[in-house]
Amino acid sequence: MIDLLIIITLLAFLLVTAIAIIRIHSLFAIVMLFGIFSLLSAGLFVVMDAADVAFTEAAVGAGISTVLMLGTLALTRQHEEKHNGKHRPILPLLVVLVTGAALIYGTLDIPAFGDPDAPAQQHVVPRYLDKAVDETGVPNIVTAVLASYRGFDTLGEVTVIFTAGIGVFLLLAGRRTRHSEKENAS
Amino acid sequence: MMEFVLGHYNYWIVVVLMMAGFYTVISRGNLIKKIAGLNIFQVSVFLLYISIGNVRDGTTPIIAQGFQHYSNPLTHVLILTAIVVGVATTALGLALIVRIKEAYGSIEEEDIHLQDNSL
Amino acid sequence: MKNNLILRITAKLLIPFIILFALYVQFHGDFGPGGGFQAGVIFSSAFILYTLVYGLETAQQIIPLRILQILASLGVLIYIGTGVVALLLGGEFLNYSVLADAQITGQHIGILVIELGVGITVASVMIMIFFSFAGRGRQ
Repeated sequence: MIDLLIIITLLAFLLVTAIAIIRIHSLFAIVMLFGIFSLLSAGLFVVMDAADVAFTEAAVGAGISTVLMLGTLALTRQHEEKHNGKHRPILPLLVVLVTGAALIYGTLDIPAFGDPDAPAQQHVVPRYLDKAVDETGVPNIVTAVLASYRGFDTLGEVTVIFTAGIGVFLLLAGRRTRHSEKENAS
Repeated sequence: MMEFVLGHYNYWIVVVLMMAGFYTVISRGNLIKKIAGLNIFQVSVFLLYISIGNVRDGTTPIIAQGFQHYSNPLTHVLILTAIVVGVATTALGLALIVRIKEAYGSIEEEDIHLQDNSL
Repeated sequence: MKNNLILRITAKLLIPFIILFALYVQFHGDFGPGGGFQAGVIFSSAFILYTLVYGLETAQQIIPLRILQILASLGVLIYIGTGVVALLLGGEFLNYSVLADAQITGQHIGILVIELGVGITVASVMIMIFFSFAGRGRQ
């Protein structure tokens, strides 16, 4: 019962934060609200028994992403979103409503939240839960699956992080090109 | 009827969050707001997956004495990889925004299109 | 910000504990929540705090960008190296059971080593990205 209340409250706060991010025009407030959004979702992950995921989301979403967005705001020196009053987004609203209706129609067939007999809990998962400690000696099943049973995916993930680091380094750490030097001179 | 709503309400709220993020991406012109909307979309997709993997009366999937039911660890592994890839794309996107600002002088989509069309 | 006394003292007190916590999360990822990614991000946040308080030049004297590039590549190399060592010892790529005599010992060694590689890469990449963003505004 108390779980239900906590989940409903956190989801309501998430909704309010998302709507505020749409409506507010000050970019600094948007970045701060984004940090709050990440932290609330990390709290929701904890209530749903996903400790590793909550750890990563809090560290990465509320930590690194917010810091990088603040850095971008400092470098681009823009504080307000430009808005003219006669903004009439009918077509995006229509697309969003149609997509949302299709997705909700799809969720009508999903098994209930927390059902132990759902198809997602069959086939491979009972085998991992039974055999992982005997085969790998590691009690944390998430680490065992991530590092041992699905080690190739983690290799790809490390490569993606490495590539992103190289990409940002190439884009930002070199000297400014002759392009902007010419503009500054003229 | 009541159990149906109780069993599905958080999927519906997660879909509404997804659509909020999607709307921010396609309808606002400011590039930083688009990146924020994209991240909202990503986080709500993670919430959907973790909700699918949750088991009532279960606990975190760390084998310990005294616990019988565990939550689904496979969804956790998937989302861990997805979170890290998400931060990689966000960092690259923000670096591109900085370079766009230096090249075009603005990070509003309309100004960038105007400068591109007038070349 | 280095003239602000409270920030300086607090940062000096906190940074060792943050690094210690990052090492704890890295090596206890087998028995509790944690692992390479979380530990790498926490470790990098200690250095980001130092950069924010003491300035970019001081931080880059402690960790030059060349060292960060070498460390990032080293993490990926450790990961792939474990797989190649498993190949050379007779098993398949990334099959940790052949790394030691008993299967459980081999798996445990393999998991520890690759989590170390992942932690090193994630930490150095996060610090490198932050240095790139911070260094752009100086020019």
